[in-house]
Amino acid sequence: MVDKNQLRIATRNTGFIDPESVESYIAVGGYQALGKCLAEMKPADVIDLMKNSGLRGRGGAGFPTGVKWGFAAKYASDTKYVVCNADEGDPGAFMDRAVLEGDPHNVLEAMAIGGYAIGGNKGTIYIRAEYPLAIARLKLAIQQAKDMGLLGDNIMGTDFSFDIELKYGAGAFVCGEETALIASMEGNRGEPYTKPPFPAEAGYWDKPTIVNNVETLANIPAIIMKGADWFSGIGTETSKGTKVFCICGKINNVGLIEVPMGTSLKTVIYDVGGGIPDGKEFKAVQTGGPSGGALTYKDLDAPIDYENLVARQSMMGSGGMIVMDEDDCMVAVAKFFLDFTMDETCGKCTPCRIGSKRIYEILDKITIGQGTEADLEKLRSLSHNIKDTALCGLGQTMPNPVLSTMRVFEDEYRAHVIDKKCPAGVCADLLEFTVVEEKCVGCTLCARVCPVNCISGKPKEVHVIDQAACIKCGACLDKCKFDAIIKQ
Amino acid sequence: MAKIKSLAELQKKRDELQAVAAKTKNEKVIVNVSLATCGIASGGKEVMEAMKQEAAALGINNVEFTMSGCMTYCFAEPTVEITLPGKEPVVFGYIKGDKAKELVSKYIKSGELVDGVIPASYERIVF
Repeated sequence: MVDKNQLRIATRNTGFIDPESVESYIAVGGYQALGKCLAEMKPADVIDLMKNSGLRGRGGAGFPTGVKWGFAAKYASDTKYVVCNADEGDPGAFMDRAVLEGDPHNVLEAMAIGGYAIGGNKGTIYIRAEYPLAIARLKLAIQQAKDMGLLGDNIMGTDFSFDIELKYGAGAFVCGEETALIASMEGNRGEPYTKPPFPAEAGYWDKPTIVNNVETLANIPAIIMKGADWFSGIGTETSKGTKVFCICGKINNVGLIEVPMGTSLKTVIYDVGGGIPDGKEFKAVQTGGPSGGALTYKDLDAPIDYENLVARQSMMGSGGMIVMDEDDCMVAVAKFFLDFTMDETCGKCTPCRIGSKRIYEILDKITIGQGTEADLEKLRSLSHNIKDTALCGLGQTMPNPVLSTMRVFEDEYRAHVIDKKCPAGVCADLLEFTVVEEKCVGCTLCARVCPVNCISGKPKEVHVIDQAACIKCGACLDKCKFDAIIKQ
Repeated sequence: MAKIKSLAELQKKRDELQAVAAKTKNEKVIVNVSLATCGIASGGKEVMEAMKQEAAALGINNVEFTMSGCMTYCFAEPTVEITLPGKEPVVFGYIKGDKAKELVSKYIKSGELVDGVIPASYERIVF
């Protein structure tokens, strides 16, 4: 018997219903929550229910959804907007795509509920153009819902009207930040601006706007139907409900999971994820993508919630989880993420634009064996400066991969700068391939496979690698049948 | 399509659709293929086609084919969920090559389980 570690709220229909059929959604109770709000609840009741449920934004920062809605409801305006943030761009994250492709009506229904609650009747889904199937299914869903009177004018015979349109993003990571997203929707460059005013007061076209992530929205119809107490009974003191994660990398069961907040990392990796392939040791998991940080083998017992992740220099992020094993070098991992953010910074503020480049350069220097101990201090102080001074969430969280890996794997950083070694055997410039004399039988295989002919030796005699000429490609190591070549 | 004019109408519609679904579940074999971007990329559409052909070749005509989004088992795509009449749904993963036909000739035809069953490790919220 398999333990039921997962609880599916946001993904309750994904994989079970036909996403291209509105009947399929209605059959599992679809649009009942919207109907209940319109028939039995006042907008203020809906907001109170959301506040009491404790639902927090699933896009990363974790702002309470009901509070955000309450702000937008407070401002009087002839037009208010509900924006669905479907600009999913973290490496290794695909939960929003899965929900949109598998259960599009769920998101539409939640947006209409949001519109009713704040007194708005226009919805926009900002989705990246790289998600063509999600776009096609959303368009179809919008049309079907309108045909049935579940969206559009006078929904279910009431005087509430709500329409939804799509806006396509060009795939810039920064556009997931809500102010940059709004700028992009208005046709401007996708650059963030300083808050306040918050979008709830003056957002899209300067009108009160709520921006909610796909997964946040996907929870809402269930909360309306089952109540605030039910939802707030799941999870931890500060983080209610469940979280969807995309678990990938060095893990057996690569896939989409949804677990209650407070589930331990150990349960996620070993029970739900099925452990690490090939009997390797678990080393770390990157949560929150490039904005997040590494949780390590020391954090296995930590309950996963917003606060616990922040305390470990990571963050919930949108839900990517990249699992790393003993063969992964943490300096190289940090460099990979900084490479990503260096490319994706919009360039508007100096700390992020120049800071990301400088961090990347230092990390690069360390991985090629030219780093010094002073560089480690510089990395740390630079990271803190960027965190404190960058304009938006992208810049403020960009140093997290560095700080969190330095927190636990400082030894590994030091090995790179002091001993000029990469303990995980990843950084090519710090590696040395050598022949173990006792094991070499002189089969000549390695010499024949070497692309630069730097291995010499007669048949049946011990071979030798010319270190000056070796390009560290590892071809000899892969080829040797006698484990006579070692990498260190 | 007739517009739904009230919550009561919506509830009536839901009850009707559920009754139809329950009847189908009792009488027919339901084959649900995971067809999100990932499922399609790993060959889900071909799996559905192969299963349809095999069912026709074996003269099995009480099978209803449906599609869904992501079944969450990336490691085992393509994935297919089969519900035999009156039975609990079973999810099969790694449906490559002749495996699609085998699902029809063994599990659908005679209830004989084949390799690749993925146990359900979740509780799902319904209302």
